[in-house]
Amino acid sequence: MKVVLKHVDKEFPSKTKGADSVFAVKDFDFEFPEGKLVGLLGPSGCGKSTTLNLISGLLRPTKGEIFFDSIDMTNTPAEKRGVGLVFQNYALYPHLSVLNNILFPLQNLKGKDKLTKEEMLKRAHDAAELVEISHLLDRKPASLSGGQQQRVAIARALVKKPNVLLLDEPLSNLDARLRLQTREEIRRIQKETKVTTIFVTHDQDEAMSISDLIVVMNEGSIQQIGAPQEVYDNPKNLFVAKFLGIPPINVFDGEIRENSLYIGDEKITSFAYGKNTAVKIAIRPEGLIPSEDGVLSAKFSSVEVMGRDISVIAQHPASSGKIRAIVSSVNSQNICYDSVKFSVAENKLFVFDSESGERLLADKSQVQEGKSKSAGKPKTTKKKAQTK
Amino acid sequence: MEKNNLKAWLYLLPALLFIAVFLVYPLVDVFIYSFEEGYNFASQSFFGIGFYNYKFVLNDPYFIKALVNTFILVIITVPVSTILALLISMGLSSIKALRNLFQTIYFLPYVTNTLAVGMVFMILFKKTAYSDGLVNAVLSLFNIAPVDFIDGPYWAKMFVLCFYTVWVVLPFKIIILTSALASVKKEYYDAAKIDGTSSFRVFRKITLPMISPMIFYLVITGFIGAFKAYSDVVAIFGTDLNNAGMNTLVGYIYDMLYGDSGGYPSYASSAAIILFLIVLTVTTINLLVSKKRVHY
Repeated sequence: MKVVLKHVDKEFPSKTKGADSVFAVKDFDFEFPEGKLVGLLGPSGCGKSTTLNLISGLLRPTKGEIFFDSIDMTNTPAEKRGVGLVFQNYALYPHLSVLNNILFPLQNLKGKDKLTKEEMLKRAHDAAELVEISHLLDRKPASLSGGQQQRVAIARALVKKPNVLLLDEPLSNLDARLRLQTREEIRRIQKETKVTTIFVTHDQDEAMSISDLIVVMNEGSIQQIGAPQEVYDNPKNLFVAKFLGIPPINVFDGEIRENSLYIGDEKITSFAYGKNTAVKIAIRPEGLIPSEDGVLSAKFSSVEVMGRDISVIAQHPASSGKIRAIVSSVNSQNICYDSVKFSVAENKLFVFDSESGERLLADKSQVQEGKSKSAGKPKTTKKKAQTK
Repeated sequence: MEKNNLKAWLYLLPALLFIAVFLVYPLVDVFIYSFEEGYNFASQSFFGIGFYNYKFVLNDPYFIKALVNTFILVIITVPVSTILALLISMGLSSIKALRNLFQTIYFLPYVTNTLAVGMVFMILFKKTAYSDGLVNAVLSLFNIAPVDFIDGPYWAKMFVLCFYTVWVVLPFKIIILTSALASVKKEYYDAAKIDGTSSFRVFRKITLPMISPMIFYLVITGFIGAFKAYSDVVAIFGTDLNNAGMNTLVGYIYDMLYGDSGGYPSYASSAAIILFLIVLTVTTINLLVSKKRVHY
């Protein structure tokens, strides 16, 4: 079942008198495709959980419409939407055994949906088997590990065969190792059940690794939608570029002069663009390659060894923070430990309007679009970003 | 561990000292008195040792009356007040407007003096030669014959006592249960809502188990408190409780110690030990039952 949000707004009235109300979600317009795993990604407070709650029906939109396939769900209460929701802290009923927790949604069914005891038990056991917790059915939630509790929560959400599975920060309460394992699990379960799944996370690693599509949000509005790699390789604006990628992207104040990109006095690369203007130049850490004939020189500060890779940390007057280059440890011998020069991989370099943060592209046909977007807009625009 | 033993005892000493002097010693003393026949405070003498005190107390019609009164009081007021408090606090939790006002109103009896409240109840219920009292005035509107609640039939007096007790213990229970309800995480209700749980089932399967430790606490303290009822009874019916037929166990013990003819510490002691055993038994039963029903 696909989930369609049409220009959905959610406005929370302000608690103090006179202050403006807060838009938690603004003009959210997207069709979650059927049977896919979509990650809602953004920093805390960006409205991603609110979006999830709007889909679940725990919140009602201020404006806009919500459809499941072609059925209007905008004013349908949560219990009639047939969604499964996994809460951030799982919300397992502590006084009930795992089995009873999983049975709970089934026992609520009434009328023609009512199941016999045997059917309920069968469905519960099937769900438990799917998430591989069949051996834990008699235990109480408190005696389970975080990862096991997570599985129980997923089983409870899946047991009623929901139209849509919603996961709110499903991995944030797990330790690093378990997180890796559990996200694979979520992917596997989603593939097996083919249920349309939407999950919320602030961790880009998590979103990138398992999603079919990611929706990057900031301040209530969608920034960019696309396949994870596509969004990473082709960020629509500076926010998306900064938000995706660990370690974070390096951002320089630069300018376009005579169809070339400059950081300070150094020419980085040629860049066909109609006019001379100040820009932000963002380069992924893996796009900075230390080399003797590099185009960008910086002051070396330190080397961080991270096992597989090493990071070269340097400083540059055009960048407010430290700049970081990732080098595979095999060719670390090239590094001169005083001042470093970097050559730049062009596909890892992005140019953004210094005012609006929108992406500027060298391509002639794209110049117009870049201009229209940057026209007098505040830092983050509400333009929805459709890549395709 | 071994090394800190001395220090640990030192820290515990003040508390232990107080407990020993004011709790353990009197308890042991009372236990001893209860077996000493005809003990006399002044001369510190007694006739003999045996079960005579218990035999006397258990055959004393006043004691039996006090025992029956106390049991009726306990059996009626503990469940009624707990259920009422639960209903009221559920109501309080579900409203937003005027919640603080209602909370204050419900809490007022808690800060009011027992005897003052008793006086008010007497005025409400008492029937004199000049006036039938407020309650009777209301009853007469429905063509019900006036009843003397204070000096009249037994059921009327018991009704006033139970009504009064429930009213006095309610505020504390409401406060405890309101905060217990507030501590149930919202996610549980959200999860239940998504699963389409009926509100009755939410109450029975989620709310009640979640606040069961608090309910249990209230039931236990309620039982103990009701078994020790005395000042409330005095406030309504005066000090001559045996005559009014409204004595309680603690009242009986008090009368035996200081009552008009006064000075039967041996009988008082054995009555006190019997009360102690009753409370101990009831609490133990409570604890056993709670093991199955209370979820921590």
